Amino acid sequence: MAETVETKVNPVAARLTAWDSGAIAGTETYRGELTVTVARENLQRVASFLHSDPELEFDYLSDLTATDHLPNEPRFAVVYHMLSIRHRHTLRMRTWAPGTDPSVATVTTIWPTANWHEREVFDLFGIRFEGHPELTRILLPADWEGHPLRKDYPTEGHR
Amino acid sequence: MTTTIDTPAGAGEAMVLNMGPQHPSTHGVLRVALELDGETLISAKPDIGYLHTGIEKSCEAKTYSQAITLTDRMDYLSPLSNNLCYCLAAEKLLGLEVPKRAQYVRVLLAELTRIASHLVWLGTHAIDLGAMSVFLYCFREREEIMKIFEYVSGQRMMTSYFRIGGLALEPPAGWLERVKAFVDAFPPHLKEYEDLLTENRIWRVRTMGVGVISPKDAIAWGVSGPSLRAAGVAYDVRKYYPYSSYDEFQFEVPTRTESDCYARYLVRLEEIRQSMSIVKQAMAKMPAEGPIKTDAPGIVPPQREKMKTEMEALIYHFKIFTEGFSPPPGQVYQRVESPRGEMCTYMASDGSPKPFRVKFRAPSFVNLQALPLLCTGRLVADAVACIGTLDIVLGEIDR
Repeated sequence: MAETVETKVNPVAARLTAWDSGAIAGTETYRGELTVTVARENLQRVASFLHSDPELEFDYLSDLTATDHLPNEPRFAVVYHMLSIRHRHTLRMRTWAPGTDPSVATVTTIWPTANWHEREVFDLFGIRFEGHPELTRILLPADWEGHPLRKDYPTEGHR
Repeated sequence: MTTTIDTPAGAGEAMVLNMGPQHPSTHGVLRVALELDGETLISAKPDIGYLHTGIEKSCEAKTYSQAITLTDRMDYLSPLSNNLCYCLAAEKLLGLEVPKRAQYVRVLLAELTRIASHLVWLGTHAIDLGAMSVFLYCFREREEIMKIFEYVSGQRMMTSYFRIGGLALEPPAGWLERVKAFVDAFPPHLKEYEDLLTENRIWRVRTMGVGVISPKDAIAWGVSGPSLRAAGVAYDVRKYYPYSSYDEFQFEVPTRTESDCYARYLVRLEEIRQSMSIVKQAMAKMPAEGPIKTDAPGIVPPQREKMKTEMEALIYHFKIFTEGFSPPPGQVYQRVESPRGEMCTYMASDGSPKPFRVKFRAPSFVNLQALPLLCTGRLVADAVACIGTLDIVLGEIDR
């Protein structure tokens, strides 16, 4: 997806780049919202820094979800929305996962609330979260076939 | 819908009890698998998904405007909050500014929704804990709010009154008088509930010290709304990230520190008072006349009169209702404070007339996840109080 890039230095982006510019694959701002793209292998390290750094202190994970960019590769984006109760700044973090056997590392060790969100993404997108304590379907029955929010899953379901 | 509990090794005394999916105190279709030692809860596992209707998937098959009707059906106790969250997200994506008058109408109705929703919560929570009359009183007052909604939007519950760019239609003449009549009549009723509950010994024993969660845990588990504020964390989206002109209104964010069911009861009652104050301010600010939709041809349907005289208006009308409109590619996240907590819409566009992805952050979904923290180690009867105090709506949990 092409995004309009606005030129404005965001303190959160500046702090992240100053910490480790190599860990951040890209930043963009759209409608005043900052998106930081992180490589899959750096996800837990960056998330842990976002959570623990006193200047950032993103202690509240609002939610996490995914988007399916079929037929592009990497196919899936996993998107995290967080805020800091103390500093009041917000952030969207995004990482990419391939179409075949998609998986990303869990963030339940950093934000326990990610537990159900990750189960939901697993259920509806089929993305595995490595290290999740109980990665099972949450909304659909255990014997359901397929992952409805994938773009190749018809809205009417499989007949 | 996959929760199972293995019998714990060596604990021959433990028993697994299914509460729900059909149980009056689960407020919908929720199953909680309780693991019991005698009457003490060793663990409680919520099992959800019984009401899953694929709303997020359906959104991808509809135009941006069509999907509004789906949002009513998530949190059916506060449809206007959902409408607002969705419309604000779409407006942010499109870069639309909504006229002030429409913003004030939105604030006023959203706060009435909050009162109505808290009344349902209070009534059902009280009936769960054995106080029958409060339930009847609450529904009596809620009915007055429902009548206002019906008068304004034509619907009691599935209002779909907020639209992208403003409101569906001009509010009918005399609607503010009806709101005023409600606002004038309501405070004595609020006192009735308090007289019945606040000093009631049974109520206090059933709620005080029950369902405690520490502020640290509440933040870590993403708890929001009155349940978070009862733990002493003053996170209210209306103050943190004001939307729809909330920064022009004077109101307090009530907090408590006890973080038990009783504290959450007090916080919600105080929120009703603050909402009443916001409603009054909105009435005072409300311009008598002015546009209720922004002027955005191709996105907001034209006025009926214009369609009879202007060719362009007719074309726009036809295009909006046949193919919709195409926001620029991009992604936005919109937070609002729903009666249940932080309600968010994540909306991504790929430049086509249908949303590429719509995700709703349902506050009940996240709050319910914290249920085991609230009731583990307590009695079965306390689980009923804990489920009630979280104020969950299964429609938005399962979406």
